[in-house]
Amino acid sequence: MGAPRTLEDLGRLIAEEIGTDVLSWSIEHDELIMITERFSIIRILTYLRDSEALQFAQLIDVCGVDYLGRDPRFDVVYHLLSLVYNQRLRLKVQVDEGMPVPSVTSVYSSANWWEREVFDLFGIPFEDHPDLRRILTDYGFEGHPLRKDFPLTGYVEVRYDELEKRVIYEPVKLPQAFRTFDFESPWEGMEIAGRALISKEAKS
Amino acid sequence: MKDDIQKDASSTQTYTLNFGPQHPAAHGVLRLILEMDGEVVERADPHIGLLHRGTEKLIEYKTYLQAIPYFDRLDYVSPMSQEHAFALAVEKLLELDIPLRAKYIRVLFCEITRILNHLLNITTMAIDVGAMTPLLWGFEEREILMGFYERVSGARMHANYFRPGGVHKDLPPGLTEDIAAFATRFPQVIDDIEKMLTENRIFKQRTVNIGVVSAEQALDWGFSGPMLRASNVAWDLRRNQPYEVYEHMDFLIPVGKNGDCYDRYLVRMEEMRQSVRIIKQCLEQMPEGPIKVKDYKVVPPPRAEMKKSMEALIHHFKLFTEGYHVPKGETYTAVEAPKGEFGVYLVSDGSNKPYRCKIRAPSFAFLQAFDLMVKGHMLADVPSIIGSLDIVFGEIDR
Repeated sequence: MGAPRTLEDLGRLIAEEIGTDVLSWSIEHDELIMITERFSIIRILTYLRDSEALQFAQLIDVCGVDYLGRDPRFDVVYHLLSLVYNQRLRLKVQVDEGMPVPSVTSVYSSANWWEREVFDLFGIPFEDHPDLRRILTDYGFEGHPLRKDFPLTGYVEVRYDELEKRVIYEPVKLPQAFRTFDFESPWEGMEIAGRALISKEAKS
Repeated sequence: MKDDIQKDASSTQTYTLNFGPQHPAAHGVLRLILEMDGEVVERADPHIGLLHRGTEKLIEYKTYLQAIPYFDRLDYVSPMSQEHAFALAVEKLLELDIPLRAKYIRVLFCEITRILNHLLNITTMAIDVGAMTPLLWGFEEREILMGFYERVSGARMHANYFRPGGVHKDLPPGLTEDIAAFATRFPQVIDDIEKMLTENRIFKQRTVNIGVVSAEQALDWGFSGPMLRASNVAWDLRRNQPYEVYEHMDFLIPVGKNGDCYDRYLVRMEEMRQSVRIIKQCLEQMPEGPIKVKDYKVVPPPRAEMKKSMEALIHHFKLFTEGYHVPKGETYTAVEAPKGEFGVYLVSDGSNKPYRCKIRAPSFAFLQAFDLMVKGHMLADVPSIIGSLDIVFGEIDR
């Protein structure tokens, strides 16, 4: 078989085949990571699925990552699995807030709910998605909880009201203010502060 | 079951039926909106998220060690398999290699977990289609297995036993003998359950050719584990991408032919037998030795050492306050959990807390394809299909 054997071969093969839509690729902890252009994700996934030499038959997972402060802010991460060649591939596209990603439900049916989940938790819209509703959060929920600027305790709490005889939503009341403990040892803390200073200088 | 059946029964109009979220056959808090044409399901729209606890968000605020108990509470019928995925992911980022004995203990308990899970699934599926006895027999055995959990970790279900760097404690004296005794006795129980179900006319009528999924569909919908194997795709991460000591184990991977509920039941039955084989091999081959790495930056030092060594005391204090720092990087690590591929996509920013921890739950994919499986079937087939999916809402809703 003319199959790609190592991950380097696989990465080179895909990068050659897809061309400029692959922005960069690397191998980390024996895992192939590829950052690609957002608009061509459907074409890329169709190729990866149908190519005889790759046969990524399964879309294992779609998820979002919020890198608050980075531009563009979000990563949408696709995990693919080729059962024939026993290889995995991680594809990433980068999007900013409000920017849509083409839905890949037409390529892999399993993308449907995972894209709904990313939409629900990160607020990344998917273009041409057949059924883009919230999936994990409550009916009528507001906000996108896995964003880094969403507080851990949320904004509203629910309880059953005896007088109104129904469940009511109220702004969250904390008997004790939310605490995050900073256990970083001062020496390492200094190191981190130093690093932040250096990066700030480098930016300016 | 609360239903909104329209009054005019003579019309051919479809009507919607609300199934759950508090229905015993829903295996948890599943709410289904079924579009019915008479007794035939036209379309099913599962509503999930009723058990959403924000596990992924919570993990971002906890140290790596504090994150493990959350994994027990995802798929609460197979806790240790999920700890395993997280422990492996952290070890990958830390580039740790754990001692051989710890690997054997992990495999041993992963297989105990597999039996634990399959016993629950098979017997509850049986009770959904009307067979009560297997449940009573199966749960007796589950109780014994949970006894093993308790002896090794102190808790019957939420074990918190697999830690990055090894396992928490060594096996207590006498446990291996008891597990060996269980392994010799248990195949008889499988035989008994099989006698009740496999050739049972009612059971077959309720499961054969119900909820058929072809191999192509199974791949397209991201199936894994017994659901994929029942559709005649021989794929098992324990064999194809072996981790720990699975490459030294001699076991078979059962596959189904038709991809219906009956085949999924048969695959799980056979997997239990194979698990017993792996348990026996583990017990035979398990070497003596340490059960966690010697790196006290990751695992706590022994209590005795803390009494005389200042260094050990500092390590202990730092571990349980600050935790350990995991080098910057990311990994997707998957294990063959009883339900299928359970993966953890872990992103570390170099601090003591995970930056992002995406949990890839196998049953999320199964439930997603529920509409495909149930279309054109009768309402009475809905419970047997849900039963054969082997879904647990802890991991779907997270």
